[in-house]
Amino acid sequence: MTGTDWPLWEVFVRSRRGLSHTHAGSLHAPDAEMALRNARDLYTRRSEGVSIWVVPSTAVTASSPDEKDPFFEPAADKPYRHPTFYDIPEGVKHL
Amino acid sequence: MTASVPTPATVPAQAHATAALSLGDDALVLSHRLGEWAGHAPVLEEEVALANIALDLLGQARVLLSLVGDEDELAYLREERAFRNVQLVEQPNGDFAHTIARQLYFSVYQQLLYEQLAADAGSPFAPIAAKAVKEVAYHRDHAEHWTLRLGDGTPESHSRMQRALDALWRFTGELFEPVEGLSVDRDALRDGWLTTVTDAIRRATLTLPDGPQIGAWTAGAGRQGIHTEPFGRMLAEMQHLHRSHPGATW
Amino acid sequence: MTTTAPETGALEAVFEAAVAADERIEPRDWMPDAYRATLVRQIAQHAHSEIIGMQPEANWITRAPSLRRKAILMAKVQDEAGHGLYLYSAAETLGTGRDELLDKLHAGRQRYSSIFNYPTLTWADVGAIGWLVDGAAITNQVPLCRCSYGPYARAMVRICKEESFHQRQGYELLLALSRGTEAQHAMAQDAVNRWWWPSLMMFGPPDDESAHSSQSMAWKIKRHSNDELRQRFVDICVPQAESLGLTLPDPDLRWNEERGHHDFGAIDWDEFHEVLRGNGPCNEQRITQRRRAHEEGAWVREAAAAYATKHAAEHGEATA
Repeated sequence: MTGTDWPLWEVFVRSRRGLSHTHAGSLHAPDAEMALRNARDLYTRRSEGVSIWVVPSTAVTASSPDEKDPFFEPAADKPYRHPTFYDIPEGVKHL
Repeated sequence: MTASVPTPATVPAQAHATAALSLGDDALVLSHRLGEWAGHAPVLEEEVALANIALDLLGQARVLLSLVGDEDELAYLREERAFRNVQLVEQPNGDFAHTIARQLYFSVYQQLLYEQLAADAGSPFAPIAAKAVKEVAYHRDHAEHWTLRLGDGTPESHSRMQRALDALWRFTGELFEPVEGLSVDRDALRDGWLTTVTDAIRRATLTLPDGPQIGAWTAGAGRQGIHTEPFGRMLAEMQHLHRSHPGATW
Repeated sequence: MTTTAPETGALEAVFEAAVAADERIEPRDWMPDAYRATLVRQIAQHAHSEIIGMQPEANWITRAPSLRRKAILMAKVQDEAGHGLYLYSAAETLGTGRDELLDKLHAGRQRYSSIFNYPTLTWADVGAIGWLVDGAAITNQVPLCRCSYGPYARAMVRICKEESFHQRQGYELLLALSRGTEAQHAMAQDAVNRWWWPSLMMFGPPDDESAHSSQSMAWKIKRHSNDELRQRFVDICVPQAESLGLTLPDPDLRWNEERGHHDFGAIDWDEFHEVLRGNGPCNEQRITQRRRAHEEGAWVREAAAAYATKHAAEHGEATA
């Protein structure tokens, strides 16, 4: 880090107990402790959260949009993973 | 404006009224000073952080002043000599280091004081203090984190932070003077404050100021309604519009 | 990876198809350079407007005439800083950092909404900004929640949600003044007189003179034309002004049965262009204050960065 360029952090907020953390946005901060505090002030000032994660943006590895087809299409032709694939006689319950 | 007719349950005894004004004025005045940062903060994230603190304090001030009377009459129509806040909170913002030094000194005091009040079931301020103490703990955390970063940052930030701590040191003794209507363990308050502040300052590679904690003038201080010169100007700005339209509703 | 011409053509087709199908474009997707540049320019201008827009209102925080109003105003100005942050983050997903955008703002190479070059002369101006300026901004912004670029659209959703209180507080403030003393009523009317026309200019030049509009519409960055949104705003404001008991300063303003809209007078576009050129009442003042805050804050930002560098190792150990 040089000069005044604070690194970018991704912010994840758990909106209430029982839910998972969801990406809320990003912000700049000099370090993790300040990132957490900035996130608290910026993303939860209307009681939007009960827990926050901050992750350096550089630590996120993302799938490439170029790999879209090989990554995600093979999952599309496997309907047997979904319960609606199966025919069950009418009247059978709790299944 | 209609004069409020307080019900007996909310009318504190005279001493309690003085205490409510003291705590309320502290919060009101510091909130005002922090509000002056809007649009001038060193970084956008800090605009948001300082405003959060100012809003917490303003909320506390409104509750406390309302125990005594109409919040706006008290805030806008009292003369300077009737304000009960400590002189520390009225000190001008200065540079960011001065603001952080003022925050450090005051928020540590306010947190310890409110913890005591919250724990005292007999105190009429216990419920207010119990809510405020959570806010104030965050203010202290904010001040400590910045004290560390300014003290242990660059040579320039180090010397600015040291200058700020030194300059405001002489306003800290007043924090431990008795406040009419508040029963607190002042020795514990002073010891706790000194321990916490000393620790923060040392961790920030800074030096605890060694001058006197009060000025040489014995006429009194903020709690007696004796303030510093910048306070009159602050009030003039704060009260001008309200006073220009007597009886108006906003 | 080298990209050959035919591949670019194929990528462009994918992009066009996504936009046509109302799908969102996301940061790592391929997008035409001009689309990226247009977005950066628009998002930056929007972000700059938020942070410059703090100034005219912050001008009244220390003089707010009641503690309730003071709390509201502080929260509102704080929101504007927050909105600036959301928007700079959205621009950052396009590969342009906040520091770079701020430098351009400070150097006068990027714009902000010219409305903020007008002064807030009385307390009522705070109300007029909330009602008219935020009202116009919301009219502009609600369609942006469906903008084709995902991060911008998401930022706008958050901003619009938070801004709904901004307009209401302004209206309520003006209502209190309008129903207050004679002096307060006059203060409110004076503010509306000064802010009405500049608010109409916020929608930008007329459609036939708007330089960037048609391409932005095709890319679904923009969803409605300037004139369309301006008309919508006028139609919304007329009954609201009546409820306020205040007059909109336009003798030509009247309902047109045939069009189903209000006709309104000619906008002084010379004034608009002059303010854009830097000759508004506060252009110099606003940018000077912004630059000063940034420069005077440099040592603070440097200190925090230096501290982080010094303590990076120990923090790493602590969490390992």
